[in-house]
Amino acid sequence: MPPYNNAAALRSADAPTPHLPVSEVVVPLPRVTPFYPPSPAPQPVRWRTGRRVLAVFARNPLVLIGATILLLISMVGLLAPLLFPGDPLAIVGQPFLWPGADAAHPFGTDSLGRDLLAGIAHGASISLRVGIAATALGLLIGVSIGAIAGYFGGWTDAILSRLIEIFQTLPNFVMLVVIVAIAQPSVVTLSFAIAIVTWPGVARLSRAEFRSIRARDFVMAARSLGFGPARIILSEILPSALPPLIVTASMMVASAILMESALSFMGLGDPNVVSWGSMIGAGREYLRTAWYMCALPGFAIMLTVLALNLIGDALNEILNPRNNEGPR
Amino acid sequence: MEALTGHWNLTMSALSRTARIAAKTGLHALPTAVGIVVLSFVLLQFAPGDAVDVLAGEAGSATAEGMAEMRARFGLDRPVLEQLWTYLANLAQGNLGWSPRYNMPVSQLIWERVPDSLILAGAALVLALVIGVSLGAVMAANEGQAIDRLLSVVSLIFYSVPGFWIALMLIVLFSVKLGWLPSGGAETIGSTATGLAALLDKLRYMVLPTVSLSLIYIAIYSRLSRVSMIEAKAQDFVRTARAKGLSERRILLRHVLRNALIPVTTVAGMHVGGMLGGSVVIETIYGWPGLGRLAYEAVMGRDFGVLLGILLFSSLLVIFANVMVDIVHGLLDPRVGAPDAAV
Repeated sequence: MPPYNNAAALRSADAPTPHLPVSEVVVPLPRVTPFYPPSPAPQPVRWRTGRRVLAVFARNPLVLIGATILLLISMVGLLAPLLFPGDPLAIVGQPFLWPGADAAHPFGTDSLGRDLLAGIAHGASISLRVGIAATALGLLIGVSIGAIAGYFGGWTDAILSRLIEIFQTLPNFVMLVVIVAIAQPSVVTLSFAIAIVTWPGVARLSRAEFRSIRARDFVMAARSLGFGPARIILSEILPSALPPLIVTASMMVASAILMESALSFMGLGDPNVVSWGSMIGAGREYLRTAWYMCALPGFAIMLTVLALNLIGDALNEILNPRNNEGPR
Repeated sequence: MEALTGHWNLTMSALSRTARIAAKTGLHALPTAVGIVVLSFVLLQFAPGDAVDVLAGEAGSATAEGMAEMRARFGLDRPVLEQLWTYLANLAQGNLGWSPRYNMPVSQLIWERVPDSLILAGAALVLALVIGVSLGAVMAANEGQAIDRLLSVVSLIFYSVPGFWIALMLIVLFSVKLGWLPSGGAETIGSTATGLAALLDKLRYMVLPTVSLSLIYIAIYSRLSRVSMIEAKAQDFVRTARAKGLSERRILLRHVLRNALIPVTTVAGMHVGGMLGGSVVIETIYGWPGLGRLAYEAVMGRDFGVLLGILLFSSLLVIFANVMVDIVHGLLDPRVGAPDAAV
């Protein structure tokens, strides 16, 4: 993936781009004028990306299925208050109704007579909300720390790398359980807790990206112009480091949803909202006789996570054609 | 004679390389371990309520004086820094503190649970590695063909299924409907079987938790080994091996697989501790008497000393596993850890 915004702009601004030595010596560039507005990707690159998108879709039609599933689930989550007004935790019918037994409750009811379909619809919004919030937070922390470590190097890098290592060594789920138990479970604390265990992966990835990109010509050029570190990090390097981060983000939403559901299943979720994990936890007692109570919400989790992972795979192929890393 | 000394020298250099790698990574890990101790201690200082509160709540008839006396006995009334110092000093002697709830040393509590956890995590890891790498090899050998695509989708499904849900569904199918396997526990209660019969009994209880725990790791290892085997197949040394006239099978086993194992072992090393500490959900579902279930009980009982001990123990295990992985890499790839290696 060429860092097309800046390198290409630079190349067109100065006909022969000298191969700058990768060192601390700042080589002044002659007359570099009009590239501060981050120029859009030049046409040929975009065209090639477009072709690659099509090729990926053609080779892997499952992506479309994944995108459709995700779209449907997001719609259901967003429209849940309209489709199923009222509290999904309210008792609306006879308990232990099997799916299909009563047209009024197509997915059946649970042990207290709460509608499973309404619960799954409302649960979709909780799962997606926690997934997206946790990912956004994890990206924010991870990219900030990774960028600083990768850009500045030296002692800063040594200390931050150690911090990353410490957090990566702590077993994720035990750590999650500890944080949630301490902070009292709510949608907000769950998102924070998941972000705290997922940021080290992002930090490692962005540290490596920033390290390699900071040695490139266009960054040297920006430095020679006297741009400050903040500006170089945010508007020069970050755009080039984005593709692998976007791929990671889609996989992070998927794993955040899995973590949230596991915590809620164990009774460590937000007690005031209905979530897929808590529905499974509530149905567990009746596993022998009424296993549909566990099966249906779990199926919803699997579909959502699968859809996100299918999309992540496709993004990986489109954005990092030569990326050779498996799922993380 | 010459061949013998040559072999001897080779063994010696492999040994010294192993020792060098172990020393280097071990030294590197020390500050991380200290950081983890301090971090988890600080974290747990934020916990609302302590073990004495829980005990008092359960007893129902605690007086303020009695609680203060209990706190003094467990050192819970000292300043935070002093508690940390005491903790570190005790830790240096292998003492993880006292659990007021279980009324026994935390280290003993943990050690009692370690064997069962190790058995379960070890079985799941081996199962995941064997199946995952085999699936990856099949996919890599048939790259781009129907079977590759099919297995890729299967592994993505494995990657997306929540472990606790598949655990419950396996119980429904194999315990409730078919009645083939027990739905929980670690051995038949009151069983007097010994030897082989006892082992078989234990195995029956292990099947479902092991499968539930390993599913996601099968997915990870199969995808990882698929990619790295496809990459290794395109390398020069494979072309050389083929030009030498080696059979495809030999090339696959000796050259391609060996290279594919490096990323897989790296990831597997990171998973060891995660599996041990992170099988919290699976162990709780199946009533498996391991560290994960102990962690859950500790959270519910607000026994943070135990929780801290588990967090610490499993982190140290991750560090240990990473050292082992580095040594395995040294054996797989002679460039790693060579005296002049810039790795």
